[in-house]
Amino acid sequence: MSDLARMRELSNAVGIVGVDESDEIGTLPGKSQLTLHVEAITNAARDAGIKVSEIDGVFTAGQHSPATIGEAIGVVPRYVDGTTVGGCSFIIMVGHAMVALYHGLCDVAVVCHGESGRSGVGVSPRRDTALPGQFEFPYGFGGAPTYFGLITTRHMHEYGTTLEQWAQVAVSTRKWAALNPKARNREPLTVKDVLDSRPVVWPFNILNICLVTDAGGAVILTRADRAKDCAKKPVYVRGAGEGSEHVMLTQMRNLTFSEATQRSGAKAFAMAGVKSTDFDHIMLYDAFTSGPPLMLEALGLAKRGEGVHFFAEGRSTPGGKLPINTNGGGLSYTHSGMYGIFPIIEATRQLRGECGARQVPNARMSLVNGMGGMLSAAGTLVLSNEGSR
Amino acid sequence: MDLERPLPTPITPECRPYWEGAREGKLMITKCRACGKPFMYPRVSCPFCASRDIGWVQASGRGRLFSFEIAHQILNKAFKVKTPVVLAMVELEEGPRLLSNLVGIAPDPKQIRCDMPVEVCFEKLTDEISLPMFRPVGGAR
Ligand SMILES: [Zn+2]
Repeated sequence: MSDLARMRELSNAVGIVGVDESDEIGTLPGKSQLTLHVEAITNAARDAGIKVSEIDGVFTAGQHSPATIGEAIGVVPRYVDGTTVGGCSFIIMVGHAMVALYHGLCDVAVVCHGESGRSGVGVSPRRDTALPGQFEFPYGFGGAPTYFGLITTRHMHEYGTTLEQWAQVAVSTRKWAALNPKARNREPLTVKDVLDSRPVVWPFNILNICLVTDAGGAVILTRADRAKDCAKKPVYVRGAGEGSEHVMLTQMRNLTFSEATQRSGAKAFAMAGVKSTDFDHIMLYDAFTSGPPLMLEALGLAKRGEGVHFFAEGRSTPGGKLPINTNGGGLSYTHSGMYGIFPIIEATRQLRGECGARQVPNARMSLVNGMGGMLSAAGTLVLSNEGSR
Repeated sequence: MDLERPLPTPITPECRPYWEGAREGKLMITKCRACGKPFMYPRVSCPFCASRDIGWVQASGRGRLFSFEIAHQILNKAFKVKTPVVLAMVELEEGPRLLSNLVGIAPDPKQIRCDMPVEVCFEKLTDEISLPMFRPVGGAR
């Protein structure tokens, strides 16, 4: 049996049956990270019509291990996964949960996130600074914008992309945020507003950079046979991929093209049996305005250097042909730090038709792609509301 | 003593020759004796061929500005150099890339260009630590 045939066995084998955020998202000084996790899990379980006590697979990334989460919700999981490769970890974990569920290693999996990114309640200090501490921090590096800006400047040099084009990404995303009652920033935004906003690290002004919030999110999955009997119509995991290239930005082979994203997308598309042109809704991890265009290029949806065209030409906006980041993204909806759970939640809601004013008409197949670190790792999902096997 | 920058820390055993070289005004990099390729950061196995036969060589100190940013704020409280500061990725002519600062030129994106030739210079922080920095070759234009 070929690798491809084995991967295809997994396609549509499991469904997402419950999704939700924590009770609130935003600025929450009264809630610890662990509370944000637990709120999201209980809310997602209610959404699925599944009891929390039925969860027997726990998948989480960040500062809390799956052991802590299992303990907090009072279950003894028989499958745990704490893969932490950055903000896309939750997207990758949907793929890991798919494999575990398919093989009967667990029956109800939760992928969960909670982060007090803004208020810092119940957080631990960061670790693993041996190399950045020697080779990066003495120069003023530290904090994501000081790294992603290098990728962005080089892209401008190689392809002639402009500050105005990056700003279009923020403008497009804000148009969606205006339609999402949960989004933090909803007032209209222009390219000029972005270009005139406070400089942080050129080529980024503050409006090129994601929000910093407190938020939790959770996704519950089960095998397709059981998924049919849950509270809502399931959203099937048709394909899943992952990749990891570097941690230190000096080790990225091609500074303007993410090999991890390319590999992740190719795997997800092959498993799903789809082409890059088959989607009618897209969620891309937008920590910076330059992120989504570079992801479109690495995923093969745009030629190199041309990812920005999706945003400048109105394709990505409400009413456009290929809606992108319909929740308002990390740029305008919420960004707690490891944002990857939220694009999965939004894609699921779009495929269920639950999105009200921002609903993409007849959404059938959604692409979710996220990065970890500085395009260091990647996770890709092909989600569909049609589960033929 | 009041330092303007965080000192490199922790200096790991594998990287000590880099910092000892910098103290002497030499830019030392690791090189694989099996495949002949230089690489950075220092590690005990070659990232190109997995050989464990690794040595040190002195780099020429010349390279090109591969990419840059102009930082108007620095999150690290231990970094007190007055902003704006030019954060740089330099590609050495031997191949490896380093993060550093670009000095000796105005922090102006109209004056700084990717691929401009740069050369190493050292800023002494303490008797033990000098930090490799880069400046445009032949001064700013
Ligand atoms: Zn070698």
